[in-house]
Amino acid sequence: MKSRYSIFSLLRNALSYHEGWPEAWRSPEPKPSYDVVIVGGGGHGLATAYYLAKEHGITNVAVIERGWLGGGNTGRNTTIVRSNYLWDESAHLYEHSLKLWEGLTRELNYNVMFSQRGVMNLAHSQHDLRELGRRIAANRLNGVDSEFLTPRQVKQFCPIIDLREGGRYPVLGASLQRRGGTARHDAIAWGYARAADALGVDIIQECPVEGFRIEKGRVRAVETAKGTIEAGKVALAVAGHSSVLAELAGFRLPIVCHPLQALVSEPVKPVIDCVVMSNAVHAYISQSDKGDLVIGAGVDRYIGYSQRGGLPVTEETLAAICELFPLFRRMRMMRCWGGTVDTCPDASPIVSKTPVEGMYINGGWGTGGFKSTPGSGWVYAHTIAHDEPHPLNAAFKLDRFTTGYLIDEHGAAAVAH
Amino acid sequence: MLLIPCPYCGPREETEFSYGGEAHIERPKQPEALGDEAWADYLFMTGNTKGVFLERWVHSHGCRRWFNAARDTLTNEVLAVYEMGGKPPKLEKRSYV
Repeated sequence: MKSRYSIFSLLRNALSYHEGWPEAWRSPEPKPSYDVVIVGGGGHGLATAYYLAKEHGITNVAVIERGWLGGGNTGRNTTIVRSNYLWDESAHLYEHSLKLWEGLTRELNYNVMFSQRGVMNLAHSQHDLRELGRRIAANRLNGVDSEFLTPRQVKQFCPIIDLREGGRYPVLGASLQRRGGTARHDAIAWGYARAADALGVDIIQECPVEGFRIEKGRVRAVETAKGTIEAGKVALAVAGHSSVLAELAGFRLPIVCHPLQALVSEPVKPVIDCVVMSNAVHAYISQSDKGDLVIGAGVDRYIGYSQRGGLPVTEETLAAICELFPLFRRMRMMRCWGGTVDTCPDASPIVSKTPVEGMYINGGWGTGGFKSTPGSGWVYAHTIAHDEPHPLNAAFKLDRFTTGYLIDEHGAAAVAH
Repeated sequence: MLLIPCPYCGPREETEFSYGGEAHIERPKQPEALGDEAWADYLFMTGNTKGVFLERWVHSHGCRRWFNAARDTLTNEVLAVYEMGGKPPKLEKRSYV
């Protein structure tokens, strides 16, 4: 049993110069066989492992990761959490996730630094305004907190925004989800890893998948760099590589990958205490606890796995940020980076069974995977354990592209793709 | 930023171009005979190769002509460009996992 993190363990370890902290999770060699092998050690994969063990009692589970935990999109996003999606299916799924976020630090005994500072979405045109009004109404019908702010209220909520007449991007209103906010991106991977490990899950890093052994339409084993691992069930949680692994397993996905960039500024004193997003001009911004401005840019339009994007994209975003927040004009940007996002034609994820028996797919989260991490893992664990989707993810099946039951969330997804 | 060799104008910056997605997708010859699965395959199951990918670009802010390109989606090297309707050049297969 792991020792719990608490003020007392902190004090105790302070006395020994913090040299006596135990490892947060084991790093075992893979066993020859597991009931479930989860491919992908990002937030989604680790959350899935945790909920498989905790909610469904399946503990003979391995999470295999090609690199290090949370080194993919989990460590590359802009950490925004919200649930104000338009359609019922999405609203319920993301709202479930948000509710899990609210209790996560306590549940995992790991500070995920979830800060419900409010997420504001700006409207710059009459069209934006109508769309926003529709989405606020839809949110409220689904029990998701959402309210409308007039320009005056926008200024009160976020005083540094420039609302003088004649701006290039006039703000006509905004929606506000007060329960939305930000969280620590690494902490969600590490917290789930530690909690899953404590329940008996093996976490195996630096173990890329090289292929699958599929017999008579059923997956039997995963071929990895550390040898063949037999598996009762295989669950893919490899957003950014879903198509590549699906191809190894012999099926196709309606997913395309784009580079998506983010950047951070030099750290400054607290200046913006909420999240501001503008879908129309492609800018979203918040401030981390360390003090740097965290800024999300748009996607590059071409397919790409390079984990880096073009400068014109960041330039466009920064131009919009400077227009809305003139006081940031002289800020210097410290780092920019890119991730590879899975995007579906309807901007909604796939959490589903696949044409291969015993194999499951969780991907296509597009530009919004971080917020959904707990909910995604929770419903995916249910899908794997019961070989049936949970009602919350029943609509997010792979075959919705055949039946035509698409869930078009292009309006609520923050980044156009 | 990509430097894309337009077959008509020579190498130009990426911002002059617009992307047209996967190349060589053929419209179904008999759409009315297609089942749901075949439609889904045609409409949604696009290529998403990590490696050499054949795709279409249009030189929007230049000659405004469409062309095909073979690009490595991991390294972003544009390995070949060729005209619309043309056969893809023989290239060494690159695959990454």
